[in-house]
Amino acid sequence: MVEVPVPREKWSGKIGAVKLGTSSAEGGSRQAVEVGGAAGMPFLSYEGLGKRQLLVGEVIDDPSLLTDLAVRAFGDSVRDPVTWAKRWVDEFHADLVCLKLRSTNPESLNASSEDAARTVVEVLKAVSVPIIVYGCGQEEKDSKTMEAVSNACARERLLLGQAEEAAYKTISAAAMANRHALIAFSNLDINLAKQMNILLADFGVKLDNVIMDPLMAGLGMGLEYSYSVNERIRIAALMGDRMLQAPMLCDITTSWEAREATEENDQWGDAEERGTWWEATTGLAALMSGADLLIVRSPRSMAVLREAIDGLRGGQ
Amino acid sequence: MPTAIEIFKFLPKKNCGKCNFPTCLAFAMQLANSKAKLSDCPYVTEEGKAKLEASSAPPIRLVSIGAGESKIEIGDETELYRHDKKFFHQTRYAIVISDQASEKEATAKLKRASDLRFDRVGQTLAMDLVGVRNDSGDPARFASLVSRVSKESALPLILMSDDPTAIKAAASAVTLSRPLIYAASGGNYQAMAAVAKELKFPLAVRHDDLNGLADLVEKVRAAGVEDLVLDLGPKDLRQLVERNTIVRKNAVKKSFRGLGYPIVTNACGNGQGVLMALVSTMKYGGIVLLDDLNPAHAIPLFVLRQNIYTDPQVPIQVKAGLYPINNPGEDSPVLFTTNFSLTYFTVAADIEKSRVPAWLLVVDTEGLSVMTAFSAGKLTAEGVDEALRSSGVLEKSKKNMVIIPGMLSRMSGKLQEMTGTKIVVGPRESSGIAKLLKSL
Repeated sequence: MVEVPVPREKWSGKIGAVKLGTSSAEGGSRQAVEVGGAAGMPFLSYEGLGKRQLLVGEVIDDPSLLTDLAVRAFGDSVRDPVTWAKRWVDEFHADLVCLKLRSTNPESLNASSEDAARTVVEVLKAVSVPIIVYGCGQEEKDSKTMEAVSNACARERLLLGQAEEAAYKTISAAAMANRHALIAFSNLDINLAKQMNILLADFGVKLDNVIMDPLMAGLGMGLEYSYSVNERIRIAALMGDRMLQAPMLCDITTSWEAREATEENDQWGDAEERGTWWEATTGLAALMSGADLLIVRSPRSMAVLREAIDGLRGGQ
Repeated sequence: MPTAIEIFKFLPKKNCGKCNFPTCLAFAMQLANSKAKLSDCPYVTEEGKAKLEASSAPPIRLVSIGAGESKIEIGDETELYRHDKKFFHQTRYAIVISDQASEKEATAKLKRASDLRFDRVGQTLAMDLVGVRNDSGDPARFASLVSRVSKESALPLILMSDDPTAIKAAASAVTLSRPLIYAASGGNYQAMAAVAKELKFPLAVRHDDLNGLADLVEKVRAAGVEDLVLDLGPKDLRQLVERNTIVRKNAVKKSFRGLGYPIVTNACGNGQGVLMALVSTMKYGGIVLLDDLNPAHAIPLFVLRQNIYTDPQVPIQVKAGLYPINNPGEDSPVLFTTNFSLTYFTVAADIEKSRVPAWLLVVDTEGLSVMTAFSAGKLTAEGVDEALRSSGVLEKSKKNMVIIPGMLSRMSGKLQEMTGTKIVVGPRESSGIAKLLKSL
């Protein structure tokens, strides 16, 4: 009988596990979760699976620019972030909720930081899962918003987005002040990803409070670069690079913005089904290349991705 | 691949020059780089030849199925990760028709296999193979469907039966050459190997345990069949990833070569066909057998394959030219960008999102992004001027205005002079385009 060897890689490094949310015993009100912890390449149980990959439901407090096909299942609930978040958890079993505070954008609704923080508190009351919070992408406003959010949710250990090379100090301070975790964003480059983590470490943020976002490009919009950047980050981390050993988050919601995802075309099949699989395919590529957390827009693609994670982990 | 020194041991060391290289060592170095053929040396021993040929065989055998234009090749891979060099032979998808299917169902599936064809950034994305499965147990019925399929479809065939008699019956009915036989297994391998050897068809070998599979492969090879593909019998996605990885890594990174063949995954009947095809595309699959494929699933699957099998050193380019977005007309603005696909897709998506009708001119920069192309001199005022003229966009839009990427502000003066058109410097980031367009 021939013996086929299992070529187990002898990795010297391991991905850290980051905790999100705090239970009532620790002063919060969540069912806390842990992400990361992988000791090998994705889904190779003989190398070390780590924690289960988690699925995050996207909620936007100003949904005016959303593609309707992606969120059809929510109907009118998209007008109310609290109901929207609740439905993500109760009906579609999201592991976390990601609240994008787009209403704070000074160029559109210009909601105040205090109003935005109140929305976060309301969402926290409505669901028991941990929460990710983003601002609107405008640096000055986001600093204020994140400060207000951090203070209003002091014991809940949110995941705050996002620290980038040009803007990380205020948000890092806001995260450290109330022991929230933080997203370190970099733009499709392993060296920038490492640089971002080094900047945060130098500023005083401990790596076990950091989750990396290396920017996942949607299918057909440069996914191949993302796939390889993610793989290279994961390999470098496993080979022992301390500064890349944070869990990885990928926001796959931009998949819906590719023209081919939803354009009406008789030969391309149903647009909603196609969009669903466009997002699911992007998510699967993110998972296969190392993502630990996915931010998802459509409940239908979340269901596909949950089935995929179950299958890939063999029920573990 | 053996090193030059290892090869040198088997050479005559006469430095006779008959191989057209001055010395045996020089010849050995060329051989090691695959730039010369061993047969050019008249003195190399039979033993040396055998040893060198065995050790210089590719780690994963190249197997071809079918003939003519739609012939496919799988295997001959050398990497675990696409960024290490590239993946060479893309995953292929097959639609399987049962010989118990109704006339209507068979017709529908054949039509599907030929209709799943899309053009994207200059490439055709399409279905690759058709499988015919002998569920009836009747060799004649199987042969008759095989005959029909081979006449009505130009795609290479997979003959699926556990019965060697049925395979032989079908083979005589095939008008396309070199179908894949699927599959030899523990119970039938001797007869299957004999049929494959006689017909000179490639053969799939199936076993749901890797040790058992390696055993079976050894026996089939001993029976004289070398063009093999492997079915590792995964029952779920986890086994698919793990087994495919073990086989690929053993072949390309470790000394174990007993399973150095391309992989076929049978995803029929398990309800997760699309997921299995997607995962196989990323993780070392050669062929995936599917019950059917909905076009809404086919397009993301085909685009993923195109992405994963792109050469990491050569970015996908979009065709240079004029792209109308949101139905532009005479009063719509003109923007330009480069033909680096990532840049184009981002800019096009941001214009679409703005819902403002616009003309997007894609300038050929050999696939380089805005800043890289500008620095490398591939994106100049002269080139843009030429592209504007040849596209005829300045007649289509009467706004007399061109929006240029923010990073190219230095080009604006010269471009304005050359074109006589007002130049507006756009945002540095594509995300700012919507705001600019709305403000015009």
